[in-house]
Amino acid sequence: MIKPVYPKGKLVAKTGNEVMAEAMRQIEPDVVAAYPITPATEIVQIFSQFVADGIVKSEYVAVESEHSAMSATIAASAAGARAMTGTASQGLSLMWEMLYIASGLRLPIVMAEVNRAISAPINIHGDQSDTMGARDSGWIQIYSENSQEAYDNMIQAVRIAEAAKLPTMVTTDGFIISHCMEVVETYPDEDVKKFIGEYKPERYLLDTKHPYTLGSIDLQDYYFEHRYQLAEAMRHSKDIISEVAKDFEKTFGRKYDMYEKYMMDDAEIAIVVIGSTAGTAKVVIKELREKGIKAGLIKIRVYRPFPAEMIAKDLAKVKAIAVMDRSDSCSGSYAPVYSDITAALFAAGIFTPKVVNYVYGLGGREINTEHIAAIYDKLAKIASGAEKPFTGIEYVNVRIK
Amino acid sequence: MKNNECKIKLPASKLPIGDIVEAGTANEFITGDWRSERPVWNKDKCIHCLACWISCPDSAIKIAPDEKRTTVMTGIDYDHCKGCGICAKECPEKVKALTMEEEKK
Amino acid sequence: MSAKMIEVRWHGRGGQGAKTAALLFAEAVMATGKYIQAFPEYGPERMGAPVQSFNRVSDDPISIHSGITNPQYVVILDPSLMDCVDVTAGIGKTGKVIVNSMLSAEEIAKQLMVDKSQICVVNASHIALETIGKNIPNTPMLGALVKVIGTLDINEVLEDTKKKLQVKFRHKPEVIEGNLASIKRAYDEVKTHA
Repeated sequence: MIKPVYPKGKLVAKTGNEVMAEAMRQIEPDVVAAYPITPATEIVQIFSQFVADGIVKSEYVAVESEHSAMSATIAASAAGARAMTGTASQGLSLMWEMLYIASGLRLPIVMAEVNRAISAPINIHGDQSDTMGARDSGWIQIYSENSQEAYDNMIQAVRIAEAAKLPTMVTTDGFIISHCMEVVETYPDEDVKKFIGEYKPERYLLDTKHPYTLGSIDLQDYYFEHRYQLAEAMRHSKDIISEVAKDFEKTFGRKYDMYEKYMMDDAEIAIVVIGSTAGTAKVVIKELREKGIKAGLIKIRVYRPFPAEMIAKDLAKVKAIAVMDRSDSCSGSYAPVYSDITAALFAAGIFTPKVVNYVYGLGGREINTEHIAAIYDKLAKIASGAEKPFTGIEYVNVRIK
Repeated sequence: MKNNECKIKLPASKLPIGDIVEAGTANEFITGDWRSERPVWNKDKCIHCLACWISCPDSAIKIAPDEKRTTVMTGIDYDHCKGCGICAKECPEKVKALTMEEEKK
Repeated sequence: MSAKMIEVRWHGRGGQGAKTAALLFAEAVMATGKYIQAFPEYGPERMGAPVQSFNRVSDDPISIHSGITNPQYVVILDPSLMDCVDVTAGIGKTGKVIVNSMLSAEEIAKQLMVDKSQICVVNASHIALETIGKNIPNTPMLGALVKVIGTLDINEVLEDTKKKLQVKFRHKPEVIEGNLASIKRAYDEVKTHA
């Protein structure tokens, strides 16, 4: 029988988009400016309905493009409002220059993002190419395995963003989570509101008693110092994210960290993955464990800031690792997550694990337990020395020849 | 030198975060020593039309209310005047209360 | 795949409510104390085009997020789909197919080339016309599916559906009654060969 973890929690059947909108209702930001796009449409559609029905006091700004959505959100945040938006794929692409401005101005905007492939060819389904492209834009990136995590991450993101003074995006895998109805535990409005607290910006443009200039030109003399501040803030935000997660666990009972370790204590072979595929991999791991195969998983929750030192330590004793990327960098070498993991291991002086790179699921391509079992099978062979680790990228479930 | 370009630059740890610049900093920034020509004001000729005050790009025309509470010109802020000459150009032909002279340092 | 996990595939035509049926089914089953998933297969959205939606039901939390390829239950909202879609794909020798049809199980088994014990028939369109007044087969098929699965409590399903409909149709009590009656009738009338 299903039971809530938090005694006052309520179990509901909702899709990823519905719970993200529900979290936004409970957060009740001052301003939401958005331009709906598949598969994130419902998030702002449902939220705008809350506004129209008078359920929330938020101001909803219906803009004419995502560039304007991010611009209006930036303006609202700079003015001193708690501001949010939501988008996906091409929408995030159109926000591009404004993403960097949001982080450069250190505005704690929270964005609900639904991962979707990017054009061309046009595709509406889930992969992480969109946010992977924005990985170095100075935004904190929190990925969700399922709807529950999406809901919990949205609530935590508000506090993280405001404490770190960094914009934060929370993502779900398009359609796979955004349109999948699951059992989600929601918490009472007042408890969520209490957890996130009231937003009290130190500086805001509508504070007429303490006027200042925001976003002025910064040349050779100061630009570098400001960019250093931003990079340093991103490094420092790891502590903030962990603190907020600890408080969240203390309050609502669900444990979160920069990444989730699943059966990693004695793991000899492991997959590193982001998002919904982690859940599918857990099913495979259970089966492998029953057969005595020491398989494990690291699911990255917070990809930016990247927990390099911690993750390297946790992977140090694993014999063979498969890093699974749901995006391809077209870099001519490796996909993003693989590059980060191998850099983390190298920098930590850990050279024993054999690390291979898989790219999977582009444009919503199916990834199931059989595909994942085959990857673990390959890892077992690499770990035992029966097979040499391959170089380059192995593509999962794609027709090549 | 008065110019605060020569002040020690702040390190990242002491800068306000997020590209914030405090208000009123233009007043602290002395640009008067950029002049090669300076406007000279003849108080007796001046009709206080304030055409110069409206046109000055550096807010360097000083004004104040007189005894009849009418706003009148009171002088030139040489700390901020860059000597562009717009005030002299805008001063009406028949009045010529502002003229440009070579800057003597 | 956990042995206890139930997987369902719905076949319908765009506009017939295959997605809604999967969502309604999931919500109703959740009310009986189980973990659920409901998700549609998204393609170009065209009225009348063949569409699919899916359900998972389990006593344990469901972490798997792949597609469903080997469902134990297939629900067919529109019998004409049997001519153009591989509705029996992945069901093996034990999967059940629940068809909205006026034909007999024998006739359908012959057409689909499966054993007749795998076929369950209910005339959901007829039931819908008599109870709801429109040919909306998705709600009655929900009742038929609950019956065929056998381990779910129909009364709890009806109770939850009533609550859901009361929110949506509070000014149209006849709609609520009609839908509930259609679920109950399909539950009673579906012919199984088990």
